Amino acid sequence: MAKITFIEHNGTSHVVEAENGVSVMRAAVDHNVPGIDGDCGGECACATCHVYVEAAWQGVVGGRTETEETMLSFAAATQDNSRLCCQITVSDALDGLVVHTPDGQH
Amino acid sequence: MNHVSTMSNRESVWSLPLDLVSPADPQLFKDNAHWAYFERLRQEDPVHYTADSEFGPYWSVTKYKDIMAVDTNHKVFSSLSTLGGISIRDQRADFPLPMFIAMDPPLHDEQRKVVSPIVAPGNLAILEHTIRERAIAILDSLPRGEEFDWVDRVSIELTTQMLATLFDFPFHDRRKLTRWSDVATTVAGPGGLVETEEQRQQELRECAGYFMNLWNQRVNAPPTGDLISMLAHGESTRNMTPQEFLGNLILLIVGGNDTTRNSLTGGLYAFSKFPEQYQKLRANHDLLDSAIPEIIRWQTPLAHMRRTAVADTVLGGKHIKAGDKVIMWYVSGNRDSEVIERADEFIIDRARPRQHLSFGFGIHRCVGNRLAEMQLRIVWEEILKRDLDIEVLAEPERVLSTFIKGYLNMPVRIRN
Repeated sequence: MAKITFIEHNGTSHVVEAENGVSVMRAAVDHNVPGIDGDCGGECACATCHVYVEAAWQGVVGGRTETEETMLSFAAATQDNSRLCCQITVSDALDGLVVHTPDGQH
Repeated sequence: MNHVSTMSNRESVWSLPLDLVSPADPQLFKDNAHWAYFERLRQEDPVHYTADSEFGPYWSVTKYKDIMAVDTNHKVFSSLSTLGGISIRDQRADFPLPMFIAMDPPLHDEQRKVVSPIVAPGNLAILEHTIRERAIAILDSLPRGEEFDWVDRVSIELTTQMLATLFDFPFHDRRKLTRWSDVATTVAGPGGLVETEEQRQQELRECAGYFMNLWNQRVNAPPTGDLISMLAHGESTRNMTPQEFLGNLILLIVGGNDTTRNSLTGGLYAFSKFPEQYQKLRANHDLLDSAIPEIIRWQTPLAHMRRTAVADTVLGGKHIKAGDKVIMWYVSGNRDSEVIERADEFIIDRARPRQHLSFGFGIHRCVGNRLAEMQLRIVWEEILKRDLDIEVLAEPERVLSTFIKGYLNMPVRIRN
């Protein structure tokens, strides 16, 4: 289990208790976190689960996959700490993770 | 529930020898008689080979998950125009139209990145006001209590105005955009939109000439937010060849025009077939958030996208060879009940309405999907605000194409 905080562009926070083994995207969608659509269902194929990972967590979360890199290069407002959160798997190590959602992802 | 395909159509399709089942027949789409073919293929032969058709031999990929597998594997399934491109009809070698949708990485990635900022959220927010004003003007100009053509008066007019805005195209000439979009995707023939291939190419050259003037104006002026200016100033697009320029223009015209146009018509048609869904929406306007993607799924404005295998591979247990033509039938995947519950029905409050194939997936996913959704949302918001009671008076006439799944006209009347 991991407690994950999603912070919207307008500052609204959503704290989600996520099960180990699911993706961060799935945890967000299942808890109706706004701004994370996950249209492709977690195939790294739509870039609608774009998040910014807080600096302190970047090392824990890790880097992008090759496909993710490409999909993010087409997304709006990509930054160094951008990830597609369907590619991040929840584990105990992510307990306390904080991510931000971009403006107008949806 | 296929509304037009009759029992006899369904029975005759199911009694065909399997190897003769070939859904790539434009007439089937014109007659709305394609559904039974896909229903059978999804059930009996989800990855299906047709040895002989007017488009040559091809594979039909009909299930949602197999389509996803092809769409996300661009290393094996190429979009390259010189291999045939992205639709079942091969790109003509004598009149090539290179465009980024029909390229592979890295060129695709470079050119796509030039265009994508115009449909980024920040720019869409700026466009929203203009789109709403134009939608309001169009809706308020519609006659009350008398028949008119929804396709011409609303769907074409609105998407064409939108496109003129995106290009900063002379507004009085905007119907030229509609014409070029239609000409680009039509097949020349007697009685058709254009009689000969020569006429088709001549009109597209006129299109190129018109835009070349705009390009010359914009390239010599400071960059502005419109698409022509972006292409003229973009590092990876400013040195495009004339054919490449024309190709990318056609892509943006067709992509920004035909698809939204047919979803605007398709939405109204869907509500007329499922009136209880419209009552649900009238009672709760918040359902528009899920109704819009449901309209886009139900309509599936592009019936397919094509790839060409560049390596031998196995898909759904079938051996696909390098060079084979592979058709991803989005229109079928969007009716796959293994992934989408009660897929034949139009249900505006589905649990996961955004899970559909209409925009494609992977690196070629529709670049303008958010703009398309925004245009549809605005039109329906304004229809609901006015509580317009729109009656579809007859079946729409459909386009003769296996690619553009659309409508030529649909007579309607707004009840007083």
